[in-house]
Amino acid sequence: MNARVLDRSLLYGSAIFLAIWVLVPFYLIAISAFTPQAKIFDYPKPLVPTSFSTETMQFFLEARGVLPSVLNSLLVAAFTIVFGLALGTPAGYALARFRFRGREAFQVIVLATKMFPIAILSIPLAVTFLQLGLYDNLVSVALVHTAMALPFIVLVTSGVFVAVSHELEEAAQTLGCSRWGAFLRVALPLALPGLAAAAIFTFVISWNEVFAATILTLRTRTLPAQVLASLSTSPLAFKFAGGLFMVLPAIAFIFLIRKYLMNLWGSR
Amino acid sequence: MRTRTEQFLPFALLLPSIGFLSLLIVIPMVQALLLAVMAEGGGFTLENFQRMVADVNFSDAWRNTLLLLILIVPLQIVLALAMALLINSRFRGHGLFLYIYAIPLAISDLAAGILWLAVFTERGYLNSTLQSAGVIDQPILFLSFDNLAGILTAIVIAEAWRATAIVLVILIAGLQLIPRDYFEAADLFGANRLRRTVHVVLPLLRPSLQSALIIRTIFAFQTFAVVFALAGRNMPVLAGEAYTWYATNRNEHVAAAYAVLLLGLTIVATVVYLRVLGLREAEVQR
Repeated sequence: MNARVLDRSLLYGSAIFLAIWVLVPFYLIAISAFTPQAKIFDYPKPLVPTSFSTETMQFFLEARGVLPSVLNSLLVAAFTIVFGLALGTPAGYALARFRFRGREAFQVIVLATKMFPIAILSIPLAVTFLQLGLYDNLVSVALVHTAMALPFIVLVTSGVFVAVSHELEEAAQTLGCSRWGAFLRVALPLALPGLAAAAIFTFVISWNEVFAATILTLRTRTLPAQVLASLSTSPLAFKFAGGLFMVLPAIAFIFLIRKYLMNLWGSR
Repeated sequence: MRTRTEQFLPFALLLPSIGFLSLLIVIPMVQALLLAVMAEGGGFTLENFQRMVADVNFSDAWRNTLLLLILIVPLQIVLALAMALLINSRFRGHGLFLYIYAIPLAISDLAAGILWLAVFTERGYLNSTLQSAGVIDQPILFLSFDNLAGILTAIVIAEAWRATAIVLVILIAGLQLIPRDYFEAADLFGANRLRRTVHVVLPLLRPSLQSALIIRTIFAFQTFAVVFALAGRNMPVLAGEAYTWYATNRNEHVAAAYAVLLLGLTIVATVVYLRVLGLREAEVQR
């Protein structure tokens, strides 16, 4: 009995300790970002804030270029979701429904792409985009983000379509639907929640991406590119508020797709 | 006729993504190579690689990148393994803890760097806490340019904090593939939790551990924004030098030489990955 109690408390003790390790930085950035600017350099700072103010967040949002960069980030993410789903959903469907020659090879390609440092390729791409007149353009950033998100989209959509019974589609076809009609009327509606999860994950990838966005833009910065490019010149208050602002939507979205996390990252 | 369309349908469905990926990956790879071996005025040269290697920051960037890799990757694996084994014991409430541990999945390396900047900066929360506890009399300059150990510690902690979540989901997925009967069998033979972990779980988890190790190794070569957020230019790393040569020095040829170097490192690591795990392993994945 005693050994069991000890065992339990050890288990919960370690689990709680690790949870604190994960959560503490979020707490600290939140109280930093809501500290009035005058108090940012107070020392030693209390771990429980004595004053609360939205002044620092306002300072960040009103800083030059921040709001446009937020809008740019949202646009790039939207483009990435459209491109990514348009390209990736058919491939995911094919992997889920067909046994064909080259299927394994394609899976290896997807796997290798997932690990490939696509961001590094933005250096030669920047030169090409410059020649094509696509440099400093949100669509070119979205194209690179699409390449990054595509393997994840293929993996999750194939998982989604595996879960949607192919017999339902076949039944629709015997009732007079075309193959395309059966997909559109039967498989697609059932797959929508999974596709939404893929879209949200794509949003997180694009919203977070720093390297390619910084290389490929000059004036039309995305939010991370804006924050990174001004790191050496911006005051601490700006960085803290920017940090919190980048983190919040990502956390909200990951909460929405928590059910799918294993599907997205879990398959090696 | 119908069967013929059916036969070609999967290829038609794959074509868009294959076409797109070759456009966005294969062509830029060739171009990176060309840029790297091309002189400013045209013609082939090794000058760009020579300038890269001769640069004062080059050897530091190599050392720092490798140092970070060696320090961060094992720490991530150990932390993630601890989390995964805890979750896998399926205690009451393990779902909530899994969600908490997975939150950093959504955090960029830039944001992670800034979060930990609030901790490690001169008047940050670490110094504040130490001072309030009476451990120090004045703040320690963790991120000063002459405090390499301090900078390294801060970056290692920030990166381990962020990317442990990625290793965690890989390991959890691996644990889910192990039939629960194996644990029960181990229990039946009187194995305690430690023995069960060492003799049953870890050997079965080996493929997941290997792939997590290699994936994190590949991404460690790209460590960049977290370093910039915490140390600025005080700590050169390979990906950071590529960025600086492109954006600050405005020399895309040397930047491309760095890109080629990073691509080379990645390809070597990927080949090792596919060799070690084998195609059979890759087939299992959806």
